[in-house]
Amino acid sequence: MKMPVPDSGVIARRREIVEALRAIVPGEGVIVDENELRAYECDGLTAYRQLPMVAVLPGTVEQVSQILKACKAMGVKVVPRGAGTSLSGGALPLADGVLLGMGKFKRILDIDYANRCVTVQPGVTNLGISNAVAHEGFYYAPDPSSQIACTIGGNIAENSGGVHCLKYGLTTNNVLGLELVLMDGTILRLGGKHLDAGGYDLMGIVTGSEGLLGVVTEVTVRILKKPATARAVLLGFPSSEQGGDCVAAIIAAGIIPGGMEMMDRPAIHAAEAFVQAGYPLDVEALLIVELDGPAAEVDHLIERVEAIARDKGACYARVSNSEEERLAFWAGRKAAFPAVGRISPDYYCMDGTIPRKALPLVLQRMQEMSDRCGLRVANVFHAGDGNLHPLILYDANKPGELEAAEAFGNDILRLCVEVGGVLTGEHGVGVEKRDLMTDQFDEADLQQQQRLKCAFDPDGLLNPGKVFPTLHRCAELGRLHVHQGELRFPDIPRF
Amino acid sequence: MTITTLKPESAAQAADAVRWALSAGEPLEILGSGSRRGLGRPVQAGHALDLSALSGVIAYEPEELVLTALAGTPMETIRSMLADRGQHLAFEPPEGGTLGGLVASGLAGPRRISAGSARDHTLGISGVSGRGEAYKGGGKVVKNVTGYDVPKLMAGSFGTLTALTEITVKVLPAPEDTATLLLFGLDDAAAVAMLDRALRSPYEVSGAAHLPAAVAARSGVSAVAGAGGAVTLVRLEGFGPSVAARVTMLREELRADAVLARDESLAVWREVRDGVWFGGVAADGPHPNPPPLGGGGDHRGSPVSDPDSLPRSAGEGRGGGKDDSQLWKLSVPPSTGPATVAAIRRTLDVEVFYDWGGGLVWLAAPPDSSGTIRGALSAGGHATLVRAPDAVRAATDVFQPLAEPLMALSRRVKESFDPKGILNPGRMYAGL
Repeated sequence: MKMPVPDSGVIARRREIVEALRAIVPGEGVIVDENELRAYECDGLTAYRQLPMVAVLPGTVEQVSQILKACKAMGVKVVPRGAGTSLSGGALPLADGVLLGMGKFKRILDIDYANRCVTVQPGVTNLGISNAVAHEGFYYAPDPSSQIACTIGGNIAENSGGVHCLKYGLTTNNVLGLELVLMDGTILRLGGKHLDAGGYDLMGIVTGSEGLLGVVTEVTVRILKKPATARAVLLGFPSSEQGGDCVAAIIAAGIIPGGMEMMDRPAIHAAEAFVQAGYPLDVEALLIVELDGPAAEVDHLIERVEAIARDKGACYARVSNSEEERLAFWAGRKAAFPAVGRISPDYYCMDGTIPRKALPLVLQRMQEMSDRCGLRVANVFHAGDGNLHPLILYDANKPGELEAAEAFGNDILRLCVEVGGVLTGEHGVGVEKRDLMTDQFDEADLQQQQRLKCAFDPDGLLNPGKVFPTLHRCAELGRLHVHQGELRFPDIPRF
Repeated sequence: MTITTLKPESAAQAADAVRWALSAGEPLEILGSGSRRGLGRPVQAGHALDLSALSGVIAYEPEELVLTALAGTPMETIRSMLADRGQHLAFEPPEGGTLGGLVASGLAGPRRISAGSARDHTLGISGVSGRGEAYKGGGKVVKNVTGYDVPKLMAGSFGTLTALTEITVKVLPAPEDTATLLLFGLDDAAAVAMLDRALRSPYEVSGAAHLPAAVAARSGVSAVAGAGGAVTLVRLEGFGPSVAARVTMLREELRADAVLARDESLAVWREVRDGVWFGGVAADGPHPNPPPLGGGGDHRGSPVSDPDSLPRSAGEGRGGGKDDSQLWKLSVPPSTGPATVAAIRRTLDVEVFYDWGGGLVWLAAPPDSSGTIRGALSAGGHATLVRAPDAVRAATDVFQPLAEPLMALSRRVKESFDPKGILNPGRMYAGL
């Protein structure tokens, strides 16, 4: 993975650029000291590190606008950053770029129960939104596992998901309004407290754009009433096929669980050793199915799910009969990543989505790859929506293992695409999967997406080097090749 | 004014057709079945690109919750295929038309409040840009964040960015049962406050509408029409035992007056979805006062308990769609719906009903009302003219005018797909 070659001309103008930023954000809001910059050198994808040329921490929308405008005028690249929890390197700095930290935007601006929405600044954490409305029995539905730390601005950039998104949607399905600053400093408002924006769904394209289209400075999200009850069933299967069949049968029965997670044997054992959740150790696949809603519904569906599981060959079934028990079921799953961290010096978390029916094939092929490269893999799986999280176990201190783990990870993602799935279900492309984009998309697909980028940022200054494997100039992308008279269309029926 | 219709039989031919139009400098009107032609502004194009021959479901996998079909596939084909497996499109779109037309129009029904809109269920697209290039966006699985979410941008873009040739949608289990609580005699403000209470409950309300007296009287559902006043509707859906339990609890909490069981509940929400009491949204272009969609006209002859309560200033029987009234849909913050309507009523004689907990106002208004209507949106939101004669739609902002920076960005987005303005020029905004 190579980042764009730093522009030495820009780096040579560092002093002038810092002065320009200081004129906008006075005092400690502009960071140039190498030790202080160290805090921004990577995000959650720690294998890649790069000190930014300078970091700036604005406190107002006007400052953001002026910073972007000034950087555009100076031809300087900008990398926006929330809490830096991206697992795909979306906030990886550039040596010749300004790191735009949005950490000062921490205020909850408006809680509006009558319209069932909350407006916040982008630096508010995901969990912070739910906490602010919890006393009224509300919550914000998308719940990425980093929710204690990740910010809503970052969630917008990545279109974050979580274990409940099959039933409640990703970030994009829960956002009502955005304030956005374009690279030229223009401040735009998209949507609001009403449903659907007038005109094009620009909010839909900005959400999940990985910080390439604009900088989000305000977010309005819808909040939901907490379900009256939630209960979970723990199901064990002698094979992953049976586990997968059970998931398909639950959905075919018309049941969309609040959460439906699967773990394979290595993940079960790692989790059980770590938190003693009471998981059975003699099964190949473990399924946690959580039903939430009114008590009458949950009780009814628990019975149906148990019956389906029996029919599909479950060799273990336990229903939570208390809130403590339900949380215990989840404790193992939620600790799966650190649990794997205990049995291996390092692990690399992948994030492909597959059609669920391909699960047995994908697991088998993954095992073959694992045997070939000598690296172990543990699988946790958002089973309801087919989002796989293979964890590749490696030791970064052993020469070549990081590269081998990355090559293994890339092969897994190519396999996901091969069986009809996609490279990333919720972690984003970032720098991590950038060079695999050509496996999922044709050149025409990628060029059209880049033209869209040009509509927002014609100079390509916002977060370049992420998402797209090849950077093209907008003028080149915009060129039309029309050959008058050369095209013949004899076959199209005309009336 | 359409002169020639190009009717490609494959996606490759569709790309050829757009490339021809590009080389000839001839704009195209993009059509499926033409059932949504009356939405948006009339397209000034000498040629039509009729995509109705691109028809057929390519893959339907109920357990994967996805369906992929060619864009010209009739919605009735898809609807019946889904129904056979107990599934549906959860955003409750109106009936008729093609899948491509549905996505391009970005439509949704009463369940918009809980299930989202067409944009939330469009997972992947293939199509031909105005550059004559075939491309795809999104994917064919329910969870995907790879690259920009191009399918969302297609939803509601009215064919101005891409001629869609293939679409993958998310499909979901249809509810096993449904029931509707009725509250009688509330004024608009009290009704929306009650809907808010219902939506704040943990009972998963999937429909929240309010019909003022004159509108309720025109319902084909006797318990609604016969209420003798305004009727407020709260819908609960799901598994049988769950619906039964929630009906009992919420009925008590809201002190509801009556309950509609499954069949009547389905019937009244079809009326709400289609706005049949106001003659429905435009069905197609050529007719200045088209008939409503989905057989909604059946209800026009419904008993009206007090015919004198109908406003008449804009002509006889405004609700029947036979006069010169125009139909608007306003999307506003839900709690502001009644005040928005009150502000409009200070200068205009309009008839309304509310959906989306007060956040969607269906509004039948006399001609030339756009200034007043849009002037009343001080709390935010947007107003769309969904039925008016061609000449009116050609001369009015059918969609909410955008602030200039947003309009400028929208123009650049349009140019990024369609630099020569070949696809449905002017359908959304003049010059776009």
